[in-house]
Amino acid sequence: MSLRNVGIVYRKELTEAIRDRRTVISTILVPLLLFPVLSVGFGSLAVVLVGKAKEEVPKVMLRGGEDSPVVVDGLKKLDRIEIVPETAGWKDQIINKEIRAAVEIPRGFQADVALEKPDTVNIYNYEGELKSEFATDKIEKYMKEYRDRVVKDRLAAKNLPDTVLKPFEVKRENVAPPEKVSGAAFGGIIGYMVILLCMTGAMYPAMDLTAGEKERGTMETILSSPISRMHLVLGKFFLILTAALGTAALSVLSMGVSFSVLGHYTSQSAGGREAAAGMILKLGPATVLSVFLMALPIAVLFSAVLMTIALFAKTYKEAQSYLTPMTFVVIIPAIAAMLPGVELTPKLALIPILNVSLLCKELVAGTYHWNYIAIIFSSTCVYAAAALFIAIKMFQRESVLFRS
Amino acid sequence: MIEARGLSKRFQDKKRGEIRAVDNVGFTCQPGKIYGLLGANGAGKTTTLRMLATILEPTDGTAIICGHDVVDDPEKVRANVGFLSTATALYRRLTSQEFVEYFGRLNGLDEATLKKRVDDIFNRLDMNGFRDRRCDKLSTGMMQKTSIARTLVHDPPVMIFDEPTNGLDIMTARTITGFIRECRNNGKTVIFSTHIMSEVEKLCDTIGIIQSGKLLVEGSLPQLRDKYGEQDLEEIFVKVVTPHFVAEENN
Repeated sequence: MSLRNVGIVYRKELTEAIRDRRTVISTILVPLLLFPVLSVGFGSLAVVLVGKAKEEVPKVMLRGGEDSPVVVDGLKKLDRIEIVPETAGWKDQIINKEIRAAVEIPRGFQADVALEKPDTVNIYNYEGELKSEFATDKIEKYMKEYRDRVVKDRLAAKNLPDTVLKPFEVKRENVAPPEKVSGAAFGGIIGYMVILLCMTGAMYPAMDLTAGEKERGTMETILSSPISRMHLVLGKFFLILTAALGTAALSVLSMGVSFSVLGHYTSQSAGGREAAAGMILKLGPATVLSVFLMALPIAVLFSAVLMTIALFAKTYKEAQSYLTPMTFVVIIPAIAAMLPGVELTPKLALIPILNVSLLCKELVAGTYHWNYIAIIFSSTCVYAAAALFIAIKMFQRESVLFRS
Repeated sequence: MIEARGLSKRFQDKKRGEIRAVDNVGFTCQPGKIYGLLGANGAGKTTTLRMLATILEPTDGTAIICGHDVVDDPEKVRANVGFLSTATALYRRLTSQEFVEYFGRLNGLDEATLKKRVDDIFNRLDMNGFRDRRCDKLSTGMMQKTSIARTLVHDPPVMIFDEPTNGLDIMTARTITGFIRECRNNGKTVIFSTHIMSEVEKLCDTIGIIQSGKLLVEGSLPQLRDKYGEQDLEEIFVKVVTPHFVAEENN
């Protein structure tokens, strides 16, 4: 095999790719801008929106409570809550967001509490609506504290200690370092994004270097040169691979920077420090390298498969119609890896795309299952080699090159 | 030299079944001579020339070009051939010089030789004014010159032209026909296909008339005139192909 010839084709394809606006957009600009827009952009927006929602003083309608002045006084004294008197159509007012919630104190509530008779306080809200949830939380917290005080008073009256009701505590403690916690949360997304961008990075050059060449009439020109078809296909393949890996590398880089900026931004904002701890995703060199190494065989697989499929097309447009559905073939297993509870098993380690996506999740969380890494890397290499072999064979078929 | 021996090419068509695009074609082209393959559209000219250029592989038969077999040694054949057709387009995002250099490198030229040859060709074809211009910014004439430079960069002894003037304006077509004549004068073996009678009359030493994939008749223009008792090549062509054309239509 002449590496010189492969290199000549590769250099020429690279020169053309760099001069092509569409390739530059799909390979460089999209991965560089996607993560900042998705994470910093939407993250900042979310922080701002939540902050604004918290700043609002919600109106809460009081229903009943005329014979329970202590509870009503307590509610009225709550910080950053405006208690409004009952008016008709309170349900519609909640739905129309004129008030955020309503609290219903039953008749004789205070007397019932004193007589130790059971009773129920109802809080009405708009489930899923952020400002309504904030208001409901405040009312609920106040009522629970009031209930706890009543219980405490009753126990004291009967000379019983607090431990009668709470004989022991149950505590939950996280022992995983923050990087692993955030890695477990974001690892799936990173695998998904790297795989998807690997695919999108390879897609345009794959179409341009095959169907595009046929359409522009340069295929016959190059086939009349003395280069062997294997060298030609390898030169083209390496360019597509470069685009796929370049896109993946830039996306990982952009992701690391975006998460750092997002973590910094949220830690600066009021009440964002706790959230920031979970958002800071540390992508150390080892993690980046391992994710990139796992992306390598899958990029080979994508490059070879996309090139083979695009080669069947006579025009760029036809190639697009073949390759666009391929995005779904890639997205489905990549999304499946993000589902809660889906973890690596020996069988799943053999399913292409899903396996790498699951492994990325582990790698970002700092967990290295070497046996799975070996299985996934080698199986993906086998799939990639098979795909590349088919691509070379297809490039030698006249019925494919000169399909009419 | 080109020696075609029983060249045949069959294609499978889903609707029409097996198609014999070229059927047992044999001829010889000598160095310093131009062989013209004359035929109507779909006669089998392009397929024949594509087989000679090893872009397509013959189903049966073979051709020997400069001592290399098109079936057994296609890469060596291509190294000895310059192939030009209106279908051989340029890489739009390369400059004219980059395009020619690319093919020079693929033909195994070292950098020093390549530079000398590119300079020679660009001077000879008066291409220095646009050597750094991207191919998508070239005029049709400039594109044709760049294509010619591409076929010449490795100085091949055999030149194959497939309807090289098809769709070109008169001035650009004259550049091409001039170049074909120059190739003959430089001792190259030249074969070219066309359906333009005047080009054949002006250029060809030997004429082969092809129809339905079969080489029907072969000879110099005087020989053909004697044989068919006609002076006009178009009349000779019509006399030769009509029986086959009618038979084909009936089929």
